[in-house]
Amino acid sequence: MLSSVRTLWYTFLHLFQRNVTVSYPEQMPYLAPRTRGRIILTRDPDGEERCVSCYLCAVACPVDCISLQKTEADGRWYPEHFRINFSRCIFCGFCEEACPTYAIQLTPDFEMSEYNRQNLVYEKEDLLIAGTGKYPDYNFYRVAGLAVPGKDKGEAAHERPPIDIRSLMP
Amino acid sequence: MTHFLVDGKTYTAKPDDNVLQACIGAGLDLPYFCWHPALGSVGACRQCAVKQYAGADDATGTMVMACMTPLAEGARFSLADPQAVSFRASVIEWLMINHPHDCPVCEEGGECHLQDMTMMTGHAYRRYRFSKRTHRNQNLGPFIKHEMNRCIACYRCTRFYRDYAGGRDLDVFAAHDHVYFGRHADGALESEFAGNLAEICPTGVFTDKTFSARFARKWDMRGAPSICVHCGVGCNTTVNERAGEVRRIVNRYNGSVNGYFLCDRGRFGHGFVGAPSRIRTPLARGADGKPAALSSKDAIASFAAMLRAGGRIIGIGSPRASLESNFSLRVLVGQGNFYAGVSAGEAASLRLIAQVQSSGAARIPSLREVERADAALVLGSDVPNAAPLAALALRQMVRATGFALAEKAKIPHWQDAGVRTLAGPLRSPLFIASPAATRLDDIAHTVYRAAPADIVRLGFAVAARIDFSAPAVADLSSGDAALAQKIADALLAAENPLIVSGVEASDPSVIEAAANIALALRARQKNPALLLNVPECNSLGLALMTDGPSDVEAAFATPAALAIVLENDLFRRAGGEALDPALKTARLVVLDHSQSEMSLRADLVLPAASFAESGGTLVSSEGRAQRFYQPIFAESEMRAAWRWLGEAGVAAGRAACETWNTEDDILAALAKTFPVFAAAPRAAPAENFRVAGCKIPSEPHRFSGRTAMDAARNVREPKPPVSADSPFSTTMEGFYGKIPPALLPYTWAPAWNSVQAISKFQSEIGGELLGGDPGIRLLETRADATLPYYTFIPNPFAPREKMWWAVFLPRVFGDDEQSALAAPIRARMAPPALALNDQDAAMIGAIPQQILAFEIGGARKNLAVEIRPELPRGVVGISGVPAIAHALPAWISITRPEPGAT
Amino acid sequence: MSRAITAGLLNVVLGLIFLMVAAALLTWIERRLLGFLQDRPGPNRVGPSGVLQVAADGIKLLFKQDWIPPFADPGIFVLAPAISMVTVMLAIAVIPATPVVGIIGNLNVGLLFFLAMSGLGVYSAVLAGWSSNNKYSLLGGMRAAAQMVSYEVFMGLALVGVVMLAGSFNLTTIVHNQLRLWYVVPQFIGFVIFFIGGVAETHRLPFDLPEGESELGAGFHTEYSGMKFGMFFVAEYIGILLVSAMTTVLFLGGWYGPFLPPFVWFGLKTGFFVCFFILLRAALPRPRYDQFMAFGWKLLLPLTLLNILITGALMLGLPAPT
Repeated sequence: MLSSVRTLWYTFLHLFQRNVTVSYPEQMPYLAPRTRGRIILTRDPDGEERCVSCYLCAVACPVDCISLQKTEADGRWYPEHFRINFSRCIFCGFCEEACPTYAIQLTPDFEMSEYNRQNLVYEKEDLLIAGTGKYPDYNFYRVAGLAVPGKDKGEAAHERPPIDIRSLMP
Repeated sequence: MTHFLVDGKTYTAKPDDNVLQACIGAGLDLPYFCWHPALGSVGACRQCAVKQYAGADDATGTMVMACMTPLAEGARFSLADPQAVSFRASVIEWLMINHPHDCPVCEEGGECHLQDMTMMTGHAYRRYRFSKRTHRNQNLGPFIKHEMNRCIACYRCTRFYRDYAGGRDLDVFAAHDHVYFGRHADGALESEFAGNLAEICPTGVFTDKTFSARFARKWDMRGAPSICVHCGVGCNTTVNERAGEVRRIVNRYNGSVNGYFLCDRGRFGHGFVGAPSRIRTPLARGADGKPAALSSKDAIASFAAMLRAGGRIIGIGSPRASLESNFSLRVLVGQGNFYAGVSAGEAASLRLIAQVQSSGAARIPSLREVERADAALVLGSDVPNAAPLAALALRQMVRATGFALAEKAKIPHWQDAGVRTLAGPLRSPLFIASPAATRLDDIAHTVYRAAPADIVRLGFAVAARIDFSAPAVADLSSGDAALAQKIADALLAAENPLIVSGVEASDPSVIEAAANIALALRARQKNPALLLNVPECNSLGLALMTDGPSDVEAAFATPAALAIVLENDLFRRAGGEALDPALKTARLVVLDHSQSEMSLRADLVLPAASFAESGGTLVSSEGRAQRFYQPIFAESEMRAAWRWLGEAGVAAGRAACETWNTEDDILAALAKTFPVFAAAPRAAPAENFRVAGCKIPSEPHRFSGRTAMDAARNVREPKPPVSADSPFSTTMEGFYGKIPPALLPYTWAPAWNSVQAISKFQSEIGGELLGGDPGIRLLETRADATLPYYTFIPNPFAPREKMWWAVFLPRVFGDDEQSALAAPIRARMAPPALALNDQDAAMIGAIPQQILAFEIGGARKNLAVEIRPELPRGVVGISGVPAIAHALPAWISITRPEPGAT
Repeated sequence: MSRAITAGLLNVVLGLIFLMVAAALLTWIERRLLGFLQDRPGPNRVGPSGVLQVAADGIKLLFKQDWIPPFADPGIFVLAPAISMVTVMLAIAVIPATPVVGIIGNLNVGLLFFLAMSGLGVYSAVLAGWSSNNKYSLLGGMRAAAQMVSYEVFMGLALVGVVMLAGSFNLTTIVHNQLRLWYVVPQFIGFVIFFIGGVAETHRLPFDLPEGESELGAGFHTEYSGMKFGMFFVAEYIGILLVSAMTTVLFLGGWYGPFLPPFVWFGLKTGFFVCFFILLRAALPRPRYDQFMAFGWKLLLPLTLLNILITGALMLGLPAPT
């Protein structure tokens, strides 16, 4: 009983405290760089698409709002289409965590409302940016074993040159 | 059964199992790489180490490789022993040392045995900080992609490719950690079983190239249990679909049929489903004579009007259409007007096969039984090209002698290297009599090369030597007589003798000869198995449904007002001169899935669903009725042929069609009409099958992109389609748990994401599936079966002056009409050829690749010469032109082509 | 005569308008105040300081489809919100804001009329819950019936002390009798219990068990939408005004107060209780249903009886004031 009265008192005291509400949009809130907002696809330091279409973001997505199709050019994997249905997205960031190439990243931008829900379906051209996003140095193909244009077999990090199987040397 | 203890718990296994197999069979998670149920153990990877204890008092134990350790009653093992656990962790760590950082860009990722095993041993962080060895890849043709960096050197690929499937062009090169698995040079893998490398390889060295082109992860694809439609063997497949496209076909384990493997025709032949040649809308011939699209409703109305118009209506079925579609056509046009729609020669052979196999006189072996035979005669057949999986089974069959030797030497059967070394060149007797060389010749005891007539005579002679009451062959050459005696002795000495022949021998007498041998063996109280291959997926089913002359020419013998042609290009079945006049007078309705000469001639074309858009039941050459289920549910105007026929029938006032709502209705009517199909409805669960009131999910539980796949078209997600003919839900919703084996949409078990998960669905490793192998055999032996000996014995083959006996030589790639439309198969199709004996070629002065002309079935053909020295003189082999196979065998004269021809 | 009727009608109509505006404004006041109590501004976008939010909400409710679920009993479904509006508005008629402002503030059975009307109010919740034909609604209706019938008892008994002291059921008389001493002093226990009972009668938080958002999903008015829901809503806010005004009249000397005009005093005192209602909502969690009933029957009932006993004893024992 007494605790209820005390609660009433403390709640009453809140009348005299500052509002924590930020009056968006007149007043823009501070968003940390890691805020989970609009999703982007980044490029590696060489300017190539980072996404290798591995489907891990799609499978990690709890609302199944990512859909893509793998295609390949000169041994490099790309998404033929990459679609995020933002009308379903819950901005949980699981896709970013699942991405093995740092391609998919969430940005501190949440102002993406639309009057027409169809406009919330973002395709690859809407998602792909020109830069590297939060991870400036990472280049997946520099550590992967695949041969891609500009990086032959054995030229990745921690790789020896390809073996000549006809050599008799031990 | 043998009892053994693992970590204090008692399990049971077959006494001749090895410990690994016993543990996996008991449901324990023991990692392994080099062992495979079909390949046996070699102990190469050291991954399955367990602790074995000498007795109840032994607390120390010894580390053993489970796959190389025979099981003994009461033996005690530990998987959880810390030493064994750390040993396995170390093994995987060093296997992973050179493994590249590739998983995101690897087609195997997500269904990778190496990933599974790495997770199972708990090796999560790489400690190795030095550089990795790399390899260059090879281009291995249109089927298989090569990424050698990923290799962990388990040797499964070469053991399968060379030892199991008899391929020669894949091998291991170099030494120690430089070992390289590939060909001596770039080039397509020659074996027709190369596709299995994608499933055999525990990681991503060999992957499916066609799948990579339209790639999706395993968890993202709907799976539908299906039956291969590219030959008569009836291999079980799983069709994987995403976004309305068939992405790939993978093996679906069936212990009695295809086991763990598929041939490349079946695996890579699905391209016709999405090919440009596909008929997608109804087409009607307009006033200008050109086909124009029309709505389904109008198409049915116009079809019904044709049905009502009266006159003689004939229905031509198809050996590649399901039982349901064929039977519905038979009901629609009436029994007397229904024809099988095969060539005259094939019809005769099929009629014989149906007669012999349904008599119950000889057992039709399943492929598993073919593997277990201990003497076999292949009569007139090129099995590797006509029925590749039967050839693979024959290849295992010759090991029976080796296994018998090993048993004597107390070497367990799974000791693969031991058994093979012990057997050396010794093989069970396999006799091959065929006009041209086959890819089984390397394991044959004796190869007999002769013209088909002589092969028939050899067959009759063998029968007569087994049972003297069988009709004897007069004036047999002494060599042939000796061979016949040798074959007869071998078959009589065998426990499980096997005779293989089939339609591909293109001579009904060959089948009569093969039947005579089986009958003779039966008369001698043997238990013969008689495998008679049929060319198409439902040839036998259709043959069992028709009686009397049912070939295409018989169909058009009397004029018809309307011809309804079901999934059949009759120009592959009969010559133009037989068809053209009939097609001029009759109106023509064609139901088919791909454009053909037939559909171009039709007045009305109805887009029939292929195996990918409908379900159905097929009867394989084993007489096994098997059901396939629909994988693609995308909205389209294509529907199962029986639905078109039923709807048109209802519109035309046919009462019988009104009860056709699902496949099950037609199947039930079929079973009622033909006693031989009485069991067919039990081939697989019907549409109304439910577990706990739930349908079976066709999509894996991790299916992704549900709310984005179609969002580009419309962001509002449509209601999922309903599967009208199958117990499957079209989504991931439904019952998860033990489901009937015929309904396994995918194989997945906790911690087992790769195809190796199938072990969790088998009642015994490498044996039957839990709940029995899918499908139901329609034709079993009967003790009271009577079938008299066939008595017509042809005269010996006599070459003619300037004339050649032309036989059709089957080819695995290209002969099948449907798979020949798939791009990867086309890439592997050799150019058509006219094969000549070298002496014959010299006689007429022909050189290889020279173009020669001949006339066949009223048409002139030009083909390039191929020299095949093994061909009998006077016989030419024509291959790569399946469209003229119906006119073969025939006497032809060969001339130089007219100028300007190619 | 006709002038009296016209004046009476005018009085009623003005009273109605005043009530509606007050109830509407109250929703805005509540939301703003609730906001401030929770360190946020509350609705502040529509109109100055968000005061037109009320209009926006009203328009929204009016334009919603007037929907009756197909499984509901349509007649009773429509009747229920009407009952809830009518009973609270009738009850408020007997409240004398000042000796002159009020509709029938001088009714000789005013207090009984108030109790009768609030008793009838139970029907709205019970019938709404029952006619919705929905298990949550039904549960909500059952809870409402039990809760309101129970707390009716203590509320009525808590007022017996006041009636004893005033010797009248006429609310104007009761206010007059508090000229020197507000009854909150001699009847403190009665005051507290009456207010608690009032909160329960209006099923306001923390005693909103019939609605129980978390377990019943709006309880008896789950199926209501549009203006029918609006009527429940308005009735609830008029109920707050009613209980606050009643407390003012019965215990805080109604319009009496120094310096300021009587109506302002009445308004201030009523406003205080209204704010207290809102503070209660902001601060206290909802009790469990059984705790809530036990609290009523096992604590409040004995206390009220004790209060009557002591009041009676003191009235008999002490010399009557002249």
